[in-house]
Amino acid sequence: MTLARTFATAGRVLAQIRHDPRTIGLLLVVPSLLIGLVAWIFVDTDVFGDIGPAMIALFPFIVMFLVTSIATLRERRSGTLERLLSMPMGKGDFILGYALAFGMLAVAQTAIAVSFAVWVCGLEIEGSIWLLFAVAVADALLGTALGLLASAFARTEFQVVQFMPLLVFPQILLGGIFIPRDQLPAALEAISEWLPLSFAIDALQAVATDSESSEWIVAKLVVIGAWVVGSIVLGSITLRRRTA
Amino acid sequence: MMNSSDVPQHAPAAPTAPAAIITQDLHVHRGGTPVLEGLSLAVPSGMIVGLLGPSGSGKTTLMRSIVGVQLVKSGTIEVLGRPAGSPELRRRVGYVTQQASVYDDLSVRQNLVYFRRILGAPASDVARVIERTDLGTVEHRLAGTLSGGQRSRVSLAAALLGSPELLVLDEPTVGLDPVLRVELWNMFRALAADGTTLLVSSHVMDEAKRCDRLLLMRDGALLADDTVHGVLGVTGTDDVETAFLRLIERGEADLRPRDADEEASR
Repeated sequence: MTLARTFATAGRVLAQIRHDPRTIGLLLVVPSLLIGLVAWIFVDTDVFGDIGPAMIALFPFIVMFLVTSIATLRERRSGTLERLLSMPMGKGDFILGYALAFGMLAVAQTAIAVSFAVWVCGLEIEGSIWLLFAVAVADALLGTALGLLASAFARTEFQVVQFMPLLVFPQILLGGIFIPRDQLPAALEAISEWLPLSFAIDALQAVATDSESSEWIVAKLVVIGAWVVGSIVLGSITLRRRTA
Repeated sequence: MMNSSDVPQHAPAAPTAPAAIITQDLHVHRGGTPVLEGLSLAVPSGMIVGLLGPSGSGKTTLMRSIVGVQLVKSGTIEVLGRPAGSPELRRRVGYVTQQASVYDDLSVRQNLVYFRRILGAPASDVARVIERTDLGTVEHRLAGTLSGGQRSRVSLAAALLGSPELLVLDEPTVGLDPVLRVELWNMFRALAADGTTLLVSSHVMDEAKRCDRLLLMRDGALLADDTVHGVLGVTGTDDVETAFLRLIERGEADLRPRDADEEASR
């Protein structure tokens, strides 16, 4: 594994996206649009104040998961991955290059989504806006990393699209948006304790209401980071140079 | 060098040049079905070796095994004196897949710059391979907007980066017009003159005459491993296609005794 190859790959992925302005537009705008829609739905109530932070966790996470998993699957299908793996390309270089490129997009996307939620939709943040941003970025990176991992197990476009409901929806359902996690049946609550998106939603809600110390929030951040690193490592281990 | 259509599986031609590729008793399954069953062959270095055979005869599987991206069930493959797939070989072997494996949403130059950086080849290589594949007029266009022939030349150009000692080309002339095909074969000849070994697959038999040696494959087995002259001489014809058909007729009994009927009925 070398930094040169990792950066070359990240630069190449960004160059590809640069040639696709519509994708850039969708990536940057869609999460904000959805957050705006949720805010509008609940405009006459105070529900948005409660679920707004979770929306910041949700939409960038989903979008980054989808985009990343499809991009790497496309590489597999087009034969370019086979070419790269017949070259002196480290598996880690490949995965990390993708993570870097999409990570940068995730940062831009999250910055827009957080700004939009706070300054346009009027989401009230009692805690530090920087901490909110940090958790939101970690969460979008988590989507990227899980998308990379999922694409390692998908052979076709149909499969990879279905990994979304499989890997993402349960995390949303159990993440405490529909019903606070401590009101879930015991077994489901225990499961939800382990799901990475739960940590992100908890942390964002804690920042919004300033209900926990920053150490507590940083601890959640560390767990999300561990999931990101773990998924990237697992993704590069499961990438096979030789296939049947 | 006249050789061996009798027992080619077990006695590959003993070529005069040292072998760039040697496979021994190679068994490979692809997608769960056996494709190569005990293939032994040798590709001498510094030559253009044509790998010919109908679709489904195992050409791509053999090539994937040689470049080290195919899971091999048993047997050995030695490439440039190393086991196939050794990290060291990834710089010394260029591989062109059947479909042009390039990024459609990058320009020709961006594609080549990226692959060059992965290979760690000198920066001047990009201009060299663009010139060699005659892509200068389209180098700033997106690969996805090129014609099929141009796209496959981009794929070929990427394989020429770093001047590999061995080029494994899977049907590089498929879908090209006759003029381009001749140009490509002239380029292959020039590369071989510089000492590069080329393993070129094709199912177009008339391309065989441009090769120094031929490996004729059918159903995962080797029908012949000889010079063009040798193949034509042994079969008493002056046409490679006819020679191929005669070898099949002749080889049927002793080459694939077990399931010849089943295979023929496909």
